[in-house]
Amino acid sequence: MKSKEILTAIIIAVLAASLLLPSALMVFGSPQNDGMDSYMIDNGQDIAAVNNIVTGVVFDFRGFDTLGEALVLFTAVLGVTLMFRRMKEDEEYEYE
Amino acid sequence: MNMSRIVRSTANILFPFILVFGFYIIVHGHLTPGGGFQGGAVAATGFVLLLVAFSPDIIRDKFSFNSMKYTEALGLLLFIITAFVAIALGTTFFFNWLANGGIIFGESVAFGANPGILNSAGTIPLMNVAVGIEVIGAMGLIIMYMLSGIEGGNKE
Repeated sequence: MKSKEILTAIIIAVLAASLLLPSALMVFGSPQNDGMDSYMIDNGQDIAAVNNIVTGVVFDFRGFDTLGEALVLFTAVLGVTLMFRRMKEDEEYEYE
Repeated sequence: MNMSRIVRSTANILFPFILVFGFYIIVHGHLTPGGGFQGGAVAATGFVLLLVAFSPDIIRDKFSFNSMKYTEALGLLLFIITAFVAIALGTTFFFNWLANGGIIFGESVAFGANPGILNSAGTIPLMNVAVGIEVIGAMGLIIMYMLSGIEGGNKE
């Protein structure tokens, strides 16, 4: 193997390790800013009366985001419907 | 293009069970992992199994393009209406106006681990059902349109 290839491999390895370093240094389960999630965990069962906090966040605290998700699905179906529609008799394909 | 008798029999037997499992995930969305999107995808898998196993001509008599389109639009409409009713009641958009109300889905939940009450969580089960209906319609419609291109397909 050429020395250039070895050097490239070493640089890539060092870059990947430096990118992965922050995730290795973080302690799992204790984030620095936990105001929002501890609020949801502490008050989700009182406010939304829901046991599954994830569903509580998705459909109550972040309901607007879920509306966007549903609209994305609707738009996807719209696109498929347009792509697979039945052509008219005299309609021709146009490639631009 | 029917598939073999084994595939057709298996699809016939499995279809109700897949549907029931999907609706179970949708209805228990506020108690167990899952919800409208996931349960709707599972239930749509049952329709996809039927569409793949049987000839499109046979399926055309059972499900039409328009019924799937209306199902999808109805689900999205129910979801948005549930959100807008909160504004009509004088609160904010997407406010959980049924939670802790004592009427339908109105029971309160104790803090901490508990076995779960199906009759709780306010508008969240309604929204789960609405999204589930929408996902079933959307997935079924996508697969039906993609199958309509093959030989002897389900032309609209």
